[in-house]
Amino acid sequence: MMARFSEGDRVKISRRYPAAHHRVPNYAKGAVGYVERVCDAFGQPESLAVGGDGKPLQTLYRVRLNQSLLWPDYRGETEDTLDIEIFEHWLEAEE
Amino acid sequence: MAHDHHHPPPQPDHPEPKTEYELLGMALNELLLEKGVFTAEEQRKTIEMLENVTPADGAKVVARAWVDADYRQRLQTDAPRAVAELGIDHSQANLTVLENTPETHNVVVCTLCSCYPRMLLGRPPAWYKSKPYRSRVVKEPRQVLAEFGTTIEASREVRVHDSTAELRYLVIPMRPENTEGWSESELSRLITRDSMIGVAEARSPN
Repeated sequence: MMARFSEGDRVKISRRYPAAHHRVPNYAKGAVGYVERVCDAFGQPESLAVGGDGKPLQTLYRVRLNQSLLWPDYRGETEDTLDIEIFEHWLEAEE
Repeated sequence: MAHDHHHPPPQPDHPEPKTEYELLGMALNELLLEKGVFTAEEQRKTIEMLENVTPADGAKVVARAWVDADYRQRLQTDAPRAVAELGIDHSQANLTVLENTPETHNVVVCTLCSCYPRMLLGRPPAWYKSKPYRSRVVKEPRQVLAEFGTTIEASREVRVHDSTAELRYLVIPMRPENTEGWSESELSRLITRDSMIGVAEARSPN
């Protein structure tokens, strides 16, 4: 399965709010970070949650976000980060 | 929907369901048994197996990683296979290890539910599943860690891992000082559940 993004690529997590089950927490929607690693391809949670077969499989990525950019009032150090697992159909290329 | 057939009452040793959801859960369970999706014995065995796992299994993995650099490398590249070397089956989920270093401290959460490396640590603690931990540790990790008695120096990066999908995470805490020459079983006594979630450091030997 061909992954659209590679390690180090800058990506944006889609800002979508479907009513149905999905595995992207609201706080991360719209956030920009980079691909920390490319994981395997897995079934789509949107389909699996309602008894579907999850196909086509989607590549899963670990995306690293900077905490100070994620939370405007972040009370930590500027180097602090957050890694989150995001499926390819929830990622957009970011220049 | 027509409802003209008789249901047996819940098992006599079960408490009366208190909420609609509890009732729904029981009904679903009874249906799965009635339809033969699994047997009562299979269900009991699975629960027993899950409840027999304790953080001691995770500690065995960490202790080996502390004394054996090659093993630590194998854990990084293929954690499920590396834990299988110690007789632990973690093939059902994609185990990933996160090594704490003098530069980085890792802490794990599942903001969407309660994903947890159960085959290494057993059942997650109540606070791990609680809304306050799940909502706060992503936003103010240093403050939450301080409430656990864990102060991370400003010079160390705090990295939160939100277990939102398919991976399960095990933190490898830093090996405490003054433990040179210790055996794996001696070391494993310093490795607590909380240190493998990342809300604490390993115990100090002193």
